[in-house]
Amino acid sequence: MSILIDENTKVVVQGLTGREGQFHALRNRDYGTKIVAGTRPGKGGENVEGIPIFDDVEKAVSETDANVALTFVPPAFAKDAVLEAAFGGCELIVCITEGIPAKDEAEMYDILKKETKASLLGPNCPGLISPGKANVGIMPHEITLPGNIGVVSRSGTLTYQAVHELTNLNIGQSTCIGIGGDPVPGMSFIDVIEKFQADSETEGIVMIGEIGGTAEEEAADFIKQNVTKPVVSYIAGVTAPPGKKMGHAGAIVSGNKGTAEAKIQALTDAGAIVVKTPTEIGEAMKDVING
Amino acid sequence: MDLFEYQGKSLYQKFNINHPNSKLIKNLNDLNDPINLKFPVVVKAQVQVGGRGKAGGIKVAKDNTELTQYSEEILGMDIKGHKVEILLLEEASNILEEYYISFTLDRSEKKYLIMLSAKGGMDIEQVAEENPDDLIKFHVSPSEKLMSSTISELIHKANLNKNHEESLSEIIENLYLMFTEGDCDLVEVNPLAITDNGVMALDSKVSLDMNAKYKHPYFDDFEQEIPIPESEKNAKEKGLNFIKLDGSVGIIGNGAGLVMSTLDVVAENGGKAANFLDIGGGAKAETVSSALEVLEADKNVKSVFINIFGGITRCDLVAEGIIEATKGKELVWPIIIRLDGTNSLEGLEILKANPNEKIFIEESMDSAAKLAVQKGL
Repeated sequence: MSILIDENTKVVVQGLTGREGQFHALRNRDYGTKIVAGTRPGKGGENVEGIPIFDDVEKAVSETDANVALTFVPPAFAKDAVLEAAFGGCELIVCITEGIPAKDEAEMYDILKKETKASLLGPNCPGLISPGKANVGIMPHEITLPGNIGVVSRSGTLTYQAVHELTNLNIGQSTCIGIGGDPVPGMSFIDVIEKFQADSETEGIVMIGEIGGTAEEEAADFIKQNVTKPVVSYIAGVTAPPGKKMGHAGAIVSGNKGTAEAKIQALTDAGAIVVKTPTEIGEAMKDVING
Repeated sequence: MDLFEYQGKSLYQKFNINHPNSKLIKNLNDLNDPINLKFPVVVKAQVQVGGRGKAGGIKVAKDNTELTQYSEEILGMDIKGHKVEILLLEEASNILEEYYISFTLDRSEKKYLIMLSAKGGMDIEQVAEENPDDLIKFHVSPSEKLMSSTISELIHKANLNKNHEESLSEIIENLYLMFTEGDCDLVEVNPLAITDNGVMALDSKVSLDMNAKYKHPYFDDFEQEIPIPESEKNAKEKGLNFIKLDGSVGIIGNGAGLVMSTLDVVAENGGKAANFLDIGGGAKAETVSSALEVLEADKNVKSVFINIFGGITRCDLVAEGIIEATKGKELVWPIIIRLDGTNSLEGLEILKANPNEKIFIEESMDSAAKLAVQKGL
């Protein structure tokens, strides 16, 4: 099994007619993902390489039974696009768009949570892949291998790095997920790890974090209380110069959380194996699996 | 982007937030014109660093002579490495009470956070630590309005002076509007004061969300007024995310996480990064060649490590950019390249078809880091 997407997932792509949208959606389709529709206001009835275009997500869903939206629209229109996908009937929205204003993200998240049942992955994320089943987003599928390790990360390229290390050691993945590093991400580490814990075929979890924010510390708390599967973790930014604090307000809210040390400590206390470089992720997971 | 105090106060103007009358000066000649301010006047150094008061960057002038004297003293002063180029002259206020208020996004709660305290004008972090009950924290749902009944509740809870409730409500409402409609990451006022001239925001600490630049043309004007360190100017003009560090291994990577991790791996191998340079997602060939140009300007760089894991970024385009920037050139330093991910095979082929004795291709991030450190010795 995998989480969130599999061979039955049907994807509608918002922004399929754009350069990035088209390049990656077609790659996703070549991988075997069911890309069933695209949307573009005013272009309904046209098609991109055989993928039918609809004026809006609701029409696309009613015609094609799409259940997942993949969003490539520019930042200024992303909030409306995500809400359109949620109200149009998609259960999961994967938003790749980078550069959405924080206020738009906060509003979007709030409305989704209060008025819909849809889950949002991203924004500013690479999407997710269930190897051998479906790829929704911009992850390079060549580096993945079907298997039983769940991977979750805030950083896109570090997700790839981790997956690559696992695959090199012949350790396959159930699902690999980039949650994105924006101020208000949809799904959190906790949301994803909870699903991995519940998934019968996921045997171990790789979690990749980075400095800033408190998401890793919160995930560590959750792991301590709820996760019985082995967790291998890596935190980027140990040697990075300290980022700017958001005034005194930021200092009061985050306290002494947010540093690489605090995150590594919290994860170690939660029983996770924290490695020093991304290259060690594969070896550490191999050791865990082999007991 | 963090604003200067005077820039934050120009936003107060826009959002009808009461603040002292003021004038900006950039050199002493500006004082030859009438300043049209009532004495006493506060002379405030405009620097983006805390503790300017203690450093002598804030003085109260009671007349023109003192105004000239203090302006002369403070202009050009160095405060913790920041040179004072601009002074804000402000009518001094007779302060009766000082409060603290701030508006931020609480990333854990995914809601807006208002913090309010009757104990303003002092170190609010200390108040939060020693008397947490004196700091009221209130979350607002981003999709909902901040009701005036909520504001008045907050004023009562924080024990602010009830005689001024109406003007306090108004200023809090407008500050909140500035935070939300104005796409600020932070609005912090310390002190928010009750003065002889009513309720006023006496200081401003404002940070803008630059992702919202397209909504507010004035973000650009502010940006142009903020000095960029000489070392980062070139990168900024080319639209690259660059931070100068003090090591000798130049770093180019895609994605903030991978670049941060690259710095760590270089450190693990006994080296030190000369910079942080993220070419972002979906970089084109030009992006890569301008990244190499930016590093050329740094005399400390002894070797360069290009670490790319393609996703939305295509390795073939990265390789083209490297060739574009290096073809027919005598390279000043060795370049160690590691390409993986989207179109990496095509990328490696392009590199191999254009061999250069100073360009080295490595298969893993670790081995590449090791070689980059070695070559940079």
